[in-house]
Amino acid sequence: MDTPLDYLYSFGPAADPLVKLGWGLITISLLVTAIIAILLLVAIFSRRQKARPDAEGHLPITRDSGGMMLIYIGVGISTVVLFASAVWTIFTLAAVASPARAPTLTIDITAHQWWWEVRYQNDKPALIFTTANEIHIPTGEPVRINLATVDVIHSFWVPQLAGKMDVIPGQHNSTWIQADKAGDYFGQCAEYCGVQHAHMAFHVIAQTPDEFASWNRQQLAAVGAPQSETLQQGQNVFMTRCSVCHAVRGTIAGGNLGPDLTHVASRGTIAAGLLVNNTDNAAAWIDDAQALKPGSSMPSLHLSPQELTDVVAYLGSLK
Amino acid sequence: MELDVTDTDFYRTPIISQASDPENAARLQRLWETPPGLRGQLTTVDHKTIGIRYLVTAFAFLLLGGLEALMMRLQLAHANQHVLTPEQYNQMFTMHGITMIFLYALPVLSGFSNYLWPLLLGSRDMAFPRLNALSYWVFLFSGLFIYASFLAGDGPNSGWFNYVPYSSLSYNPGQGIDFYALGMILLGISTTVGSINFVVTLFRSRAPGMSLNRLPILVWGTLTASVGNLLAVPAVSLAFLMLWMDRRVGTHFFDDGGGGNPLLWQHLFWMFGHPWVYAIVLPAMGIISDGLPTFCRRPLVGYTPVALSTVATMFIGFGVWVHHMFATGLPPMSLSFFSAASFVIVIPSAVAVFAWIATIWMGRPVFKVPFLFFASFVLLFVIGGVSGFMTAAVPLDWQLTDTYFVVAHLHYVLLGINVFPVIGGIYFWFPKITGRLMDERLGRWNFWTMFIGFNLAFFPMHISGLLGMPRRIYTYSNGYGWDTLNFVTTIGAFLFAIGVLLFVANVALSLRRGEKSGPNPWDASTLEWAVASPPPPYNFAVIPTVASRHPLWESHLSEEGSDSSVLDRGPLLAQGRETMGVTVLDGEPDVILKMPPDSFAPLVMAVLLTALCYSALIHSGWLCALSTVGILGCLLIWLWPTALVQSVKCQTMDVHYD
Repeated sequence: MDTPLDYLYSFGPAADPLVKLGWGLITISLLVTAIIAILLLVAIFSRRQKARPDAEGHLPITRDSGGMMLIYIGVGISTVVLFASAVWTIFTLAAVASPARAPTLTIDITAHQWWWEVRYQNDKPALIFTTANEIHIPTGEPVRINLATVDVIHSFWVPQLAGKMDVIPGQHNSTWIQADKAGDYFGQCAEYCGVQHAHMAFHVIAQTPDEFASWNRQQLAAVGAPQSETLQQGQNVFMTRCSVCHAVRGTIAGGNLGPDLTHVASRGTIAAGLLVNNTDNAAAWIDDAQALKPGSSMPSLHLSPQELTDVVAYLGSLK
Repeated sequence: MELDVTDTDFYRTPIISQASDPENAARLQRLWETPPGLRGQLTTVDHKTIGIRYLVTAFAFLLLGGLEALMMRLQLAHANQHVLTPEQYNQMFTMHGITMIFLYALPVLSGFSNYLWPLLLGSRDMAFPRLNALSYWVFLFSGLFIYASFLAGDGPNSGWFNYVPYSSLSYNPGQGIDFYALGMILLGISTTVGSINFVVTLFRSRAPGMSLNRLPILVWGTLTASVGNLLAVPAVSLAFLMLWMDRRVGTHFFDDGGGGNPLLWQHLFWMFGHPWVYAIVLPAMGIISDGLPTFCRRPLVGYTPVALSTVATMFIGFGVWVHHMFATGLPPMSLSFFSAASFVIVIPSAVAVFAWIATIWMGRPVFKVPFLFFASFVLLFVIGGVSGFMTAAVPLDWQLTDTYFVVAHLHYVLLGINVFPVIGGIYFWFPKITGRLMDERLGRWNFWTMFIGFNLAFFPMHISGLLGMPRRIYTYSNGYGWDTLNFVTTIGAFLFAIGVLLFVANVALSLRRGEKSGPNPWDASTLEWAVASPPPPYNFAVIPTVASRHPLWESHLSEEGSDSSVLDRGPLLAQGRETMGVTVLDGEPDVILKMPPDSFAPLVMAVLLTALCYSALIHSGWLCALSTVGILGCLLIWLWPTALVQSVKCQTMDVHYD
């Protein structure tokens, strides 16, 4: 069974100690529950003289002493276990508070209702670029994530790489992630943020440093001019219908209300993880986004069939 | 008996009389009875009537909230369902939370406490009967007010926790949030006056000899919860007022752009919210601590530790609110503090758990239906407790929070610690309230259906939570491994609902055809079982004198002390509606309390307060001015002095209060 948000497995040092702590406390919890259940069953069903009504029909009432010992022992053991758990918790907290070495890569994540803007920071302004809903990171490297929101509170969560960190207006929260193994890690907004909170997913793609470097170069490249009549038509449709909200670097499309689409064809999903990125889904999304993700800012464009084919082809060319 | 009589208006020696004297009963009946008819219904201040109204109203809200839950479970039964639209789903889970937490969980316990307190304490009514009536009416109206948002076409949709800025005007322009905010301010008035009433009743209005170390644990639980509410409710009333002002007056308390802080909302909300969680479980734990021993045929093991742990839970409960905010980016140092406090709060709960187990262990259990609910509660309490213990660990909570693991936890806590004791408590006290026993056979069906349904519904949520299923999502797709678990949860939810229906059916049947119970069908130990079932309007024909924790078991428990309680003879107090006022700690007779007659004032006041909130909703200055003037006038009538307090100048009976 595939369980991509399952946090009892982890693939990086920001999450590994959490898994250990998790299994530890689960084990304690199951043991405690089992012990109490057994005590309870024994207490209820242990053989003893049954209460028999007296001559007037009243059940007798007794007060044997000795029960206090159970309270002393039970509470004593509980206290020791709790103390140990608290100490373990504080050590775990210290272990994941910051990465072992300072991150070399910093990514600014801006949460929107209901998608994620991803901006790769660099000391050289020319090397800064923006993408959406898909975060690529090099394996084995700690990555600093700075969190901001343009609207309400969201929460950044990649269960198999790190715990949650809320994204709160006016507050500079940051966290860090590190993947020790290449792979596609699922992320999800974890704080209720409105009508499409359910569809605010993202992906963290961990690649070997070489692959990451080549991905990075490709993302920095500007978009070339359309190579065919269809693509030209598609670009025209895009400029008239889409560019107010969406940007494609290298063209006049500079909208910043929706995801940057410069290299949209290189992404695995669209609509914040809702749909696999292919021609059919892209067409369905552009045609009637409100049917697929009611309430999102993306309108149902209802383009003519020709326009739709052209613009989908154009977007498909933005590799 | 030597009586030192001073013949002035201020001093009176109560007449000592026999409880069995029929003339006394007739006289008291005339004094305390609420006349039949609509007028009587609207003016009554009888704590028993108010208690039953609380129970019935809260239960109606439970059924409503349950329906909302079932609709959500249909939507989540499979991946990609379209039973509800996203907006409808969000309104459902919001109203489900509001209904269950605010309109069911505390009010139902207030119902028990209102009904039982004077009976448990040996008094004739609560300290402030009219305040009691006001508390009920305001609760009812605030519930209707919040639900009226649906009629206005726009229910609140931002969760019961209502985080800003999603609940601010920019992102939530409809009126739903205003209904919620103003309704909560109204409900806060009900909770506050109700809590004041409980606290004062406990300190003042008990039977002579009912010293603090003889109080039933239910009384400790409700007292602790009430003091907690008095300290916690102002935070949330203030928060909702500030939110409403942000939305409609133009302030910027929570608006980051205007110099406010969205996180302030979370602090205010959880400073209230977490103590509130304890307020809605401590009285229910009291039901267990008082009910369970009756069916184990022995007193509770560890009365003093359990009473103290009740108070300790509330006290520590004020220091753990941040564990709802572990992922908000607070510094690790403060997280560690709140994490440790959250671990510490487990200790008093452990005291209670081991006390209950020891009580069963050392006793001889009688397997009646209430026992089934009470004993199973212990297990559910522990499951809810250990999952809470896991969320106390900050780094682990960064994973657990806002997943279904927390949904599982909170339902084990709220259903396990509130609903199971409440249903068990109804089975237990139904004969006292109605004079008839509930059906035992149907009761067993009811219990097992609820117990199995509950665990089937909520246990799998732990696992779907560990598999990363986030809370408050209106749908999910295949491929996350949540499908089967959610389907099982939905089946369990419906099974649980059938269990609740069996309970309702049992109540309906037993009301008409239940076996007559007599005053004390369970052979229980506390004062409420000393009077007829249902109790007469004046509760006790003479004020009893209490000499132990178990007045009705004294003949069985020789070591309870050398004195015995006197229930058949005592002060009559029948010159108008009167009851005994005692000293705070020892419960020595102090004053005769003059109790008010039935009155329209509470209902009128509740209507005016609701009108005031409505005027804020519709921005009507006229209505606001009118209702404010009305409220002041009503207060004047309410507080108009009619009687003088009369001190008792003597001890009522020859009992040592040690």
